[in-house]
Amino acid sequence: MSTVIAFSTAARVEPQRLETSAPMNMPARQADMAAANIERQPPVPTMETATAPVSRTRTRVAAILRAVILPTFTFLAVLAVWAFVNAKITSDIPAPAEAWTRAVEVLGSPFYDAGPNDMGIGWQVLYSLGRVMAGFALAVVVGIPVGFLMGASRAIHQACYPLVQILRPVSPLAWLPIGLLVFQAKDPSAIFVIFITSIWPVIVNTAAGVQAIPQDYLNVARVLRLGKLEVTRRILIPATLPHILTGMRLSLSVAWMVIVAAEMLTGGIGIGFYVWDEWNNLNVASIIVAIGVIGLVGILLESVMNLAQRHFDYNRR
Amino acid sequence: MSYLNISNVDVVFPTANGAYIALREVHLEIEKGEFIAIIGHSGCGKSTVLNVVAGLLPATRGGVLLENREVNSPGPDRAVVFQNHSLLPWLTVYENVRIAVDKVFGKSKSKAERHDWTVHNLKLVHMEHALDKLPGAISGGMKQRVGIARALAMEPKVLLMDEPFGALDALTRAHLQESVMEIQATLNNTVLMITHDVDEAVLLSDRIVMMTNGPAATVGEILPVDLPRPRNRLELADDPTYNHYRAEVLRFLYERQRRPEAA
Repeated sequence: MSTVIAFSTAARVEPQRLETSAPMNMPARQADMAAANIERQPPVPTMETATAPVSRTRTRVAAILRAVILPTFTFLAVLAVWAFVNAKITSDIPAPAEAWTRAVEVLGSPFYDAGPNDMGIGWQVLYSLGRVMAGFALAVVVGIPVGFLMGASRAIHQACYPLVQILRPVSPLAWLPIGLLVFQAKDPSAIFVIFITSIWPVIVNTAAGVQAIPQDYLNVARVLRLGKLEVTRRILIPATLPHILTGMRLSLSVAWMVIVAAEMLTGGIGIGFYVWDEWNNLNVASIIVAIGVIGLVGILLESVMNLAQRHFDYNRR
Repeated sequence: MSYLNISNVDVVFPTANGAYIALREVHLEIEKGEFIAIIGHSGCGKSTVLNVVAGLLPATRGGVLLENREVNSPGPDRAVVFQNHSLLPWLTVYENVRIAVDKVFGKSKSKAERHDWTVHNLKLVHMEHALDKLPGAISGGMKQRVGIARALAMEPKVLLMDEPFGALDALTRAHLQESVMEIQATLNNTVLMITHDVDEAVLLSDRIVMMTNGPAATVGEILPVDLPRPRNRLELADDPTYNHYRAEVLRFLYERQRRPEAA
């Protein structure tokens, strides 16, 4: 067997390293799998087999404990700093206990409705999410086709890219006055700001995704004589989907940050205005609760996008 | 007139430093059912020849005739097995072959027939155990098997293979070569294969086309390989005729077409 291998590598014009050694008479499939397995084989455990499961559980428990204990320490440290600020620097910042009482109050009845100027925090969050979703959806509907065109056509890319470059770093809030002027209403203006926030990552990532499609895939399409529509549906869209989802994910998390600021300026019902309103009432404990809620909703949005990526992205399935 | 006629093909690429002549006067006539290997140093334009036949690259001068008809755009009658397998990573093994089957036989075969034909071709390459796996979950050798199944499933008039096993380790390569010989014995396809592996060329082909170095590469010599089939690599290892053919190819590559940078 070794002689066969020797001659087949020695005579190659560009020799390649021999990486595996499986018996030659093995059926092709098995040998392929053997080759694959050799790469994947985990290191052989050196401990006794009887104690192995026990210590594996032990490492697992240790890992879980660490994942819980270490963040708890950080959290406690933050609480300590907070309590210190309250006690020694300014008592305008409420003590952690005070914030906790307020949190129980606010989160205890999140959906009460005592007229448009006094609604539960749940409503505030839902109104804000509604605006984010409207602006985000519009950005996706407009941004994906624009990104596709920019990725597919050099001319369109050259035509649009400088504009995107100039507008992308602009704080979306700078667009708020323009929105107010054009729409003459608060809600559409806030949605417009979210649209502007969300569209750049979607466009840029979609365009990059289309440009990153390997020529090989397009050659396959050419050999199969796929039509333009089929190439789009069967090659371009699935190949760019991971990039598009990344862009959407970036957009959504920034949009959630921007809506708070936008609502502070526009007023109305929404978590941003809630923060502003409580500031005017000097109700700082409520603001701290709102900060916590905003963070949690942010995590929720992030995990929804994660789920979507896991479902649609072939790299992560 | 032969079955596949590559007729005085020139390929010139425009570059910043003027025109680069990749191929000059490449002429090759291939009969139906022949297995042709094109061998040469890397960068000599072997793949360019294949791409011209595939229709992926236009010839600057000359052209390709298949059954007396000029071909100048890609099509499933000249299926390509790409060097990097080129499976679509979001489709399963089955779907990767099925997309080709649906495209080529969408009108002539029923749905059930297309399913059977897809599975049949995956069986030919011994991949029926992994129908529902994504390409990311199988080894390099298995991916290339699926790539071959996809090409075979198109029932091409000419099967084009662009260094199909170049990226594989020696053992996997040997197994795939066996599979190709086995399939060739049943289907008797017309095959044009690019390779840089001397043993692969002698073992698989009926004729070896040796190309000169680029720029302006062309057909240097053609060596008919007159070895009986089925061929067995173990028996051939000590066969004087086999070793004579190997030596011929090596002599061409290392004496007459020594790479300038390797000199």
